[in-house]
Amino acid sequence: MTVAERGFDPGAAAAEATGRILHDTLHGQARGVVVDSPPGAGKSTLVVRAALELAAAGRPLMVVAQTNAQVDDLVVRLAEKEPDLPVGRLHSSDADPYDKSLDDLPNVRKSSKAGDLAGLDVVLSTAAKWAHVKDVEPWGHAIVDEAYQMRSDALLAVAGLFERALFVGDPGQLDPFAIADSGQWAGLSYDPSASAVTTLLAHNPELPQHRLPVSWRLPASAAPLVSDAFYPYTPFRSGTDHGDRRLSFGVPSDGSAPDGALDEAAEAGWALLELPARHTPRTDPEAVRAVAQVVRRLLDRGGAATSERSPDPVPLTAARIAVGTAHRDQAAAVRAALSELGVTGVAVDTANRLQGREFDVTVVLHPLSGRPDATAFHLETGRLCVLASRHRHACIVVCRAGVTDLLDEHPSTEPVQLGVTVKFPDGWEANHAVLTHLGEHRVVWRP
Amino acid sequence: MPRPLDARALAALAANPGCRRRALLDGAGVDKGALAEALGSPSAAFGQSQFAIARGNTFESRVKSDGGTELLRLLHEHTGGEAPKDAAVPDLAAAGPEGRAARTALALREATAAGGWTLLDHPMLALEVAGSPAYLEPDAVVVAPDGRWTVVEIKSFPMIDAAADPSKVGAAARQAAVYVLALERVAGLLGDTPGPADRVAHSVLLVCPKDFSNLPTASLVDVRKQLSVTRRQLARLTRIEEIADALAPGASFALDRPAPELTETVESVPAAYAPECLAACELAFHCRDRARAVDAVTALGRGLRAELGGLGGLGGLGGLGGLTSVGAVLDAARGRAGDPSDPAVAALRRAAALRAEALEGAAAGGAVCR
Amino acid sequence: MSLIATLARLEAVETGRAAPLATVRHRHLSERPLVLVPLTTSGEAGAPLGALVGTDREAPRLLVVPQPRDRELRFAFLAELADAVLPHLDAYADEVEAAERNETDPETGKKVKVEVELCADAPQIVVPGRAAIDFVRLLGRSMRFRRTAEQDPDTPHPAPPRVPLLGRWLTHYGERARVPGSALLLAATDLLGRHWATGQSSLEDQHLGALLAWIDPPEGASGAEAALRAELARDGDGQLLCPPAGPATDPAFDNKLLAPAIDRYDRARQALYAAQDGEAADARLGDLTRAEQEIRRLVGEQLRPTWEAVWQSLDLLRELPGAPRTADRWTRDRWSFTAHRDRVRAGEPPQPRRDDAVTAAAKLASRETAQAQLEAQEALDDPLVMAGRRLAGEAFAGEVVDVVMAWSESKRPSPRPLVTVRTDDAPHLAERAKVFRSLDGKPQSAEFVGYQADGALVLRLLDKMGRSKDPAPGSVPEKGDRVCWTLFEHDQRGGPRLPDPEATPWTHGGPPGTDAEHPDPLTPEDLL
Repeated sequence: MTVAERGFDPGAAAAEATGRILHDTLHGQARGVVVDSPPGAGKSTLVVRAALELAAAGRPLMVVAQTNAQVDDLVVRLAEKEPDLPVGRLHSSDADPYDKSLDDLPNVRKSSKAGDLAGLDVVLSTAAKWAHVKDVEPWGHAIVDEAYQMRSDALLAVAGLFERALFVGDPGQLDPFAIADSGQWAGLSYDPSASAVTTLLAHNPELPQHRLPVSWRLPASAAPLVSDAFYPYTPFRSGTDHGDRRLSFGVPSDGSAPDGALDEAAEAGWALLELPARHTPRTDPEAVRAVAQVVRRLLDRGGAATSERSPDPVPLTAARIAVGTAHRDQAAAVRAALSELGVTGVAVDTANRLQGREFDVTVVLHPLSGRPDATAFHLETGRLCVLASRHRHACIVVCRAGVTDLLDEHPSTEPVQLGVTVKFPDGWEANHAVLTHLGEHRVVWRP
Repeated sequence: MPRPLDARALAALAANPGCRRRALLDGAGVDKGALAEALGSPSAAFGQSQFAIARGNTFESRVKSDGGTELLRLLHEHTGGEAPKDAAVPDLAAAGPEGRAARTALALREATAAGGWTLLDHPMLALEVAGSPAYLEPDAVVVAPDGRWTVVEIKSFPMIDAAADPSKVGAAARQAAVYVLALERVAGLLGDTPGPADRVAHSVLLVCPKDFSNLPTASLVDVRKQLSVTRRQLARLTRIEEIADALAPGASFALDRPAPELTETVESVPAAYAPECLAACELAFHCRDRARAVDAVTALGRGLRAELGGLGGLGGLGGLGGLTSVGAVLDAARGRAGDPSDPAVAALRRAAALRAEALEGAAAGGAVCR
Repeated sequence: MSLIATLARLEAVETGRAAPLATVRHRHLSERPLVLVPLTTSGEAGAPLGALVGTDREAPRLLVVPQPRDRELRFAFLAELADAVLPHLDAYADEVEAAERNETDPETGKKVKVEVELCADAPQIVVPGRAAIDFVRLLGRSMRFRRTAEQDPDTPHPAPPRVPLLGRWLTHYGERARVPGSALLLAATDLLGRHWATGQSSLEDQHLGALLAWIDPPEGASGAEAALRAELARDGDGQLLCPPAGPATDPAFDNKLLAPAIDRYDRARQALYAAQDGEAADARLGDLTRAEQEIRRLVGEQLRPTWEAVWQSLDLLRELPGAPRTADRWTRDRWSFTAHRDRVRAGEPPQPRRDDAVTAAAKLASRETAQAQLEAQEALDDPLVMAGRRLAGEAFAGEVVDVVMAWSESKRPSPRPLVTVRTDDAPHLAERAKVFRSLDGKPQSAEFVGYQADGALVLRLLDKMGRSKDPAPGSVPEKGDRVCWTLFEHDQRGGPRLPDPEATPWTHGGPPGTDAEHPDPLTPEDLL
C-alpha cells in the first residue's frame, strides 16, 4: 500500500500536531501543555524547536531534563540548529559534570551557579540540579523533558522556578520508582512517587494534551504491534511504509538458527529465536551465547540497510546494533560473550539505560526467558516497551520456550489501592500480545 | 456431593493458576477442606469468626435498608447522571439456582427497558466454567436509567480516610470481575445494543464502612485488569479434561476411600505449591508437607526459587523442570556436585565462600578488613 | 534476597535450626522497652479487644474490653491504655542534653546554629509483628481527633485529654516506624527476621511463634517440628496451643470461647439493669463481675504466650553485640521524639488525616535517604552484610600489593597515591568510578584507575590525607594491608529543600487548606 492509498500522510499529520503544540505553547492561555510522544516520534526535535521559537519570541526559558546525558544532548542539538543562541548549561559541582564536547561550543556558557547564567536565552539542567536553585527570579517558561520519568516530588521541588511549562515525554517507558515504601500516599493526587505528569493532570485536568502521532523510528512492521500492545488508547503510526526500509545481507545464510532468525527479521522486522524450555540462571549461558552469535552473524553477513534516509544501502556497523537485557549482570555476560567472539562497538545495556536511544537492529534477551516465575519487575510494561521499540529495521528476540505458560501461571493477586488510576496496558497483557506476535516469526534453535 | 464453584473460588483460581491439582479439584467440585481432613492433614482454617460474619451481615443490611436509598446515592455520587428516586427492587425469588438465574436475567431485561433505577438484591448469575455451570451471587447489581449495569460489592473492612487495605480491595476486585464477566454473558444473551462490554460497567462500586463507624462510604474500582486475567484463566480451565486424563482409570476423590489410596490419587495430579497457598487453599498444608518431604526449595518461596533459577539441571527432581532439592543446592555450594563452569553454580560457591569467610571472621572476633 | 541469605535459609532447612543473617545486632534496643501486645475484635476496625502492656516482663498490665461493641467500654479501654503508656513516654521527655541544630534565620535567610534540647534517651515500644504496628497506627488514627470536653463542651462522648494525646503519640510512632532503620517502634518478627534465616519462607516467618521455634527450639526438638507445632497444634478443645500473635484472634477462639463468654456477660448486664431490688442487684452484680472476669481470663490467656514470645525475642537479640552505627540511627530517633514532644508542647494540632504534598515529598525523601544510609551502615558494621554487597559487585575486599606515591598537578600538589589491590571479588567498576573505604569511621574516597594485567586493580586515593604535601600517617594503606572498598557512598546527602507548604506550586494543587481537621462522625447507635 502506498501512502496515498491508506489515506495517511505521516509528514502532514506530524506537522499538524507540532503546529498545534507550538501554538498552545506560545499563544495558549493554559499554564501547562502536555505532549505524549511514542518512541521515535521526534520528541527531542520538538523540544529544540519549542525552545528556539520561545527564545526567538523574546521569552527566555529554562529546560528541565532528567539526566546529564539528556541535558548535554539537548545543548548540542540547540547549538547545531542555532549556533549563535546564548545558551546556559547549569551543572553540578561534581567532577566531570557535563560532556566535554560542550567546551567546543562558543555560545554555551557553563556554570554550577544559576546566577552566572542569568539573562541567557535558554538555560538547561537536570531536575536534580534545578531543585537546588533558589532566590532567582522565576522564568516565564519552562520545558520539562522526559516528564513521565520524572517523579512528582521532583516537579514539586522545581515548579516554583517557572510560570508555565511544556511537559514532553513518553508514557510507555519505564515509570520512576522510589527505594522506600510510598504506599501510604497511593491514591493522593500528589503522591510523591507518581510521575510528574500524573500529578500535574490530576490537579489541572483542563490542560491541553497533545500527542505526536507518528513514529519516525519504528518501521511499518513494528509500529502497529508497539502501538497496540503499549499505547492502546493513544495509537500512533509509522512514518514509513512497508518497503520503505530494507535490510539485506551480502552473505547468504549458512542454514544455522541464528542465520534463520536474521533472515526472518530482515523479511518481517521481527524474529523470535527460541531456545528449548529450561529454568536457567539469569545469565543463561546458552541464551547469552545465542545473543552473541546473532550479533556476530549480523556483522559477518555484511548487513546493509536501505531506508528513506538513504536509497543506497548503508553498511550495518556495530554502532548501529544494540543488545538489550533486563538485568545488569545479563548485559555484562553478553559483553563478555561478544568480546570472546571478537565483537566490539555494539551497545549492550539494560532497558533503563537504552531508554531514548535508537539503533538499526536490536537483539533482545527476553526478560522472562528461563525464569521460573514472572515477577512484577519482569512484567513491568515499560521494560518490554523500551526493549521492543529501539529499532529502525528489525528486532530479534532470544528467548527460552515456555514463557506463554509462565505468564498463564502467574498468580494475579496484586493489591489494589483505592483512588489510583489503573495504568494501561497491563504488563501481563502486553507480554502476551508481544509473544503472540513474535510466535509468528519463530525460529527454533538448533545447537 | 460436589460443591459448586462460587465467585470466591473462581477468583482464587487466579491465586495460583499453575496448580493443576487445585484446578482439577475445584473444577470437579471437590470439597478441599474435607479432602485435607480425609488425607490426615490439617485443613488450612479459613473458618470465619462469628463476630466478623455478624458484622458483615449487619453492615450489608444497613447499606441496603430503605429500598437501597443510601446505596443508590453512593453510586450516583460516583457516576453522576439522573438522581436516584423511586428505585425498583424486584423480587428475585425462584426455585433453585437455575430458576433464580432465569429470574435475574428477566429482571435485568425489564429494568433496562424501564429506564429507571433498579436495585437487584442478591441476584443469581450463571457462568459456564470448564464445561459446567457455576452460579454466582453478587451482593447487588444496580441498573441505572441509562441502561448501565453496575456490580456492587459490600465489604465490612473499613475505608479510613479514603484508603483501604490494598490486598482486601484486590481480592474484592477479582471477585467482582467474575460477576462482571457473568453479567456480560447475560447482556450477550439479551442480544440488544449496546454490546455486553458497554452494557456492563467495568468499574464496580465497592461499599465499606467509613472510618470507625458503620456509616457506608464507597469507591469505584476499575476492574478491567482483573477482567482480562479472569477471562483468560477461565478459558484455560477447559483443559481440566486433559489433566483428568492423567488420572488412573477409576481413580476418584471419594472421601470414604482409605487415606493411602486417596493420597495416591491426589499425588498423581501435580501441584505447584508456594507459601502463598497457605492463605488461599485448604489443601495447602498437605502440599507443603509433600514439598518439604522431598526437600523442595519451592517450599521456601517463589523469590528464593527465582534466586536459584539456574539449578534445575542439578538433578534434584530433574524431571520436574526447575524443582530442586535443598540438599542438591547445598551440595553444589559446597563443591560436592555441579559443574563449576555453570554460572549459577559458580555464583553459589562464591556466595558460600563469602558467607563462610564472614562468619569465621566474626567468630574470630575481628573485622575481615577495614 | 541475596544468594547469601538464600544459602542461610537452605542451611537452616538442613540443620533444623535458624542460621545467622548478621553477626551483630543492627537495631538499637532500649534498656527498658515498653512491650505492647494488642488484640482486636474480628471484623471491627475500631474495636480493640484487649492488650498486655508494660515494661516489666513479670507484671504486665492486662486491659480488656468485655463487650467490644459497646462504645463506652471501648473508650474506657483507650483511656486505660493512655494511663499505661503515657507515663512511660513522659518519663523521657524532660531528661535532656544541649544540642545544636542548623536553622535558617527567617530574617536573613542565613544558616545559623541554634541551641536546642535533645532528649537524652527516647522511649522504645516493641510489638509482636507488623500487623501490630499497623494496629498502633489505627489506634493513633482513631484517637487523635477525639474531642475533649474542654475543646467542645457539647461533644456527645468527650474524651479525657490523655486519649487524643496518646493518639498523637501513637501516630508519631507509627509514622516513625516507616523510616528504614528507625527503632522507636519495632516489631519482634522484623527484628528476628533481620538477624536470622529460618528453614521456612519469609511469609511463614510472620508467625512469631513459628519464627522463634526455628531460632530457639525447645530442648530435643528440631526447629521445623517446633514451628509446625506452634502453627497448628491444638488442644482437645480445638484451641491453638500457640495463639496467633494478633491483633487478629483465631476464629476457633472467637466462636468457641469468646462469643459464649460475651453472651454471658451481656445477659448478666441485662439482668443487672432489670434488677428490681438492691439484694437482687448485688447478686447480679456478682454475676456480671464473674462474667467479666471470665472474659479477662480468656483474653489474658490468648495474650500471655505472645507477651512471653516478645520478651524471649528481646533476650535472643541482646545476645548479639550491638552494631556501632545503630547509635547514630538512635540519635535520629531521639531527635524525632524530641521534635514531636516540642510540637505537642507548642500546642500544635494533631497530625492531619493525610499528608499535604510538601510533607509527603519530604517524608519520602527522608525515608529514601534513611534507606540508603541503613544499607551502607549495616554493610560497614557487619562483614556478613558486606559479603552480600561484595557478591553483588557493590564492594570488594582484598590485599594491598603496591603503593606508588603521586601528586595532583596543581600549584600546591596534594598527595594522590596509587594503590594496587588484589581481590577475588568482581566489582562492577565503571571507568573512573568512585570507591570509598572507612578510615577511622570517616569515608575516604578513591578513583578507579584501571586493571593490571594480572587482574589487580589500581585506585587513586583522593582525600583524607591531610593538608601537607605528604600524606598524614596512617591515611594511606600499606603493602600487605587488607582493605575493603565500597562502590556506594557511606553518608547520604539530604535531598533538596522543598517549598514551604504555603508555597505549594500550581502543579500540585497550590497551598493546602488550613481548616482544622474535624473529629470523626460517630455512629448514631452505640454499636459499631
